[in-house]
Amino acid sequence: MSEVRTYHGQPVLKEPVWTWEIPCYFFAGGLGGASAGLAYLCELRGEGAAGRRAWTVALAGIAASPLLLVSDLGRPARFLNMLRMAKVTSPMSIGSWILSVSGTATTLAAAHAHLGLLPRLARIARPLAALAGLPLSSYTAALVTNTAVPVWHEARTTLPFVFVSGAGLSAGAALVLVTPVGDARLARRVALTGAVGELALTEVMQRRLGEPARAYKSGAARAFDLAARAAITVGGGLLAARGRHSRPVAAAAGTLLLAGALSARWSVFKAGFASAADPTIVIGPQRERLKRAA
Amino acid sequence: MKLDIRAWPQPGTRSGAVDPGPAPTGDRAPRRLGFFTDTSICIGCKACEVACKEWNQIPMSLQGFTGHSYDNTIDLGADTWRHVAFVEQQVPAGVNDGASLVEAAGHEALFDAGVQTYQEGDGIRWLMASDVCKHCTHAACLEVCPTGALFRTEYGTVVVQEDVCNGCGYCVPACPFGVIDQREGDGRVWKCTLCYDRLKDDKEPACAQACPTNSIQFGELEELRARAGERLERLRDAGQEKAQLYLADDSDGIGGGGAFFLLLDDPEVYGLPPDPVDTVRDIGEIWRAAGLAAVALGAGLAAAVLGGRR
Repeated sequence: MSEVRTYHGQPVLKEPVWTWEIPCYFFAGGLGGASAGLAYLCELRGEGAAGRRAWTVALAGIAASPLLLVSDLGRPARFLNMLRMAKVTSPMSIGSWILSVSGTATTLAAAHAHLGLLPRLARIARPLAALAGLPLSSYTAALVTNTAVPVWHEARTTLPFVFVSGAGLSAGAALVLVTPVGDARLARRVALTGAVGELALTEVMQRRLGEPARAYKSGAARAFDLAARAAITVGGGLLAARGRHSRPVAAAAGTLLLAGALSARWSVFKAGFASAADPTIVIGPQRERLKRAA
Repeated sequence: MKLDIRAWPQPGTRSGAVDPGPAPTGDRAPRRLGFFTDTSICIGCKACEVACKEWNQIPMSLQGFTGHSYDNTIDLGADTWRHVAFVEQQVPAGVNDGASLVEAAGHEALFDAGVQTYQEGDGIRWLMASDVCKHCTHAACLEVCPTGALFRTEYGTVVVQEDVCNGCGYCVPACPFGVIDQREGDGRVWKCTLCYDRLKDDKEPACAQACPTNSIQFGELEELRARAGERLERLRDAGQEKAQLYLADDSDGIGGGGAFFLLLDDPEVYGLPPDPVDTVRDIGEIWRAAGLAAVALGAGLAAAVLGGRR
């Protein structure tokens, strides 16, 4: 690529103003959403105990989500303005509705699973929570890819798949943590499938980015990326090798996998900031595009 | 003039409000208003920055000394709605340094054409440009705003309703120009309103009124574009080969700007993206991928749980 001209090296884009709550929400929403799906499927398979545990995890993830989101707002008291309208051009708007439905349904499903409350309502709430949990895990990728930030926007076809892998991985790993090893076969299978998906799809996502991929190669984005890959690889390896035999090993593996999934969300988050702040990543590909068109 | 009606508010749809009746049409309908910033006659006085701050009562923004020519404002943001950029460039030597007669004649023609930023003879040219919100035809900030705080006015401009904005910050990375930003200590986002309050009183925006060289021209977009086309032709004839209009075309990535520019060099030299795109142009692809990923997650979970041994 030829030399990119800039204005005194100043950024073209504004860095996002989102703070630590947002990558944590990507993790919590994915964990809660995928856990709701997992809980319902466990119940369908007749694994009532696993289902109850998964509903608890789902409730924890989904209960944390709105708290994180409201806390990130510049005007938290106005959080209800999110539901003033429903707007397909704004994944944040659609996501607010998904989270509202998912949160209500998951609360009802968990209340029924543990306390036997409202059985008739729960018959609708359980499948609804499971269904709403799926887009809850993927719309957050649509939210960040629907911006001008190069590493996010240029990954618009791959990033949702990275996020749902991370969600599945988190749900499986959390279930491994709260389940005795003898009953955790399903949980291990979900965690390991998610772990393989997360590692492979992150690699695909970064390779297909082209020029903006530079944002993943330095600074905080790189550190989180390396940490995520290491934690997921070691955690997955431990779980596959020794997870059936030892509860402490399974617990360590589950913790590593959860930390890896969280770190992966942070890596994507930080890479977005780095690519917005670097005028050459913003201008270079645009200039190339104009040259190709000419 | 084609206007984007995707994001226009429909009359009579505000809940609880009295039906305001049909929107004005024909001669009564306001035309799309905007800015034409002709940077070739900007003298870098920053009167636009000052007038904007004064009229809109924007908080102070102390930014110190940058060393970037005369630019100590740095960029547009929550507290800066006009920003004058300064670029110093080495140019081929002028008449005093033994330039050819052809070059000397070219400089003379530029002087006649009113390009005052050209510093004759000293080998330096000084580019100045007053930047502002582009009031895009396809405005990503407005389209991604989940609360509807950002809206399209009857003049075709894009404005934030500060009593609705909840500071979610989505518009900030959505803007391909880095214009809109969150105000510290306030939490909401702020940007140029094209002096919405003044337009309602048939007054021109404060920056345009303050500009002493008419580098900032305000008016009906259609008329401004015609005027800009003529000016570009004159500058090209005078030898300004890199002179170009920026955001004056409906077919670009944002559907054209309500504020557009005449530049003497490539946009990136002034800190402007050369090929800005409204992210929402790809919203179909974005939702399709997110939907497929959700389905894939469901299928993956089902395969892992329902398939295989217990």
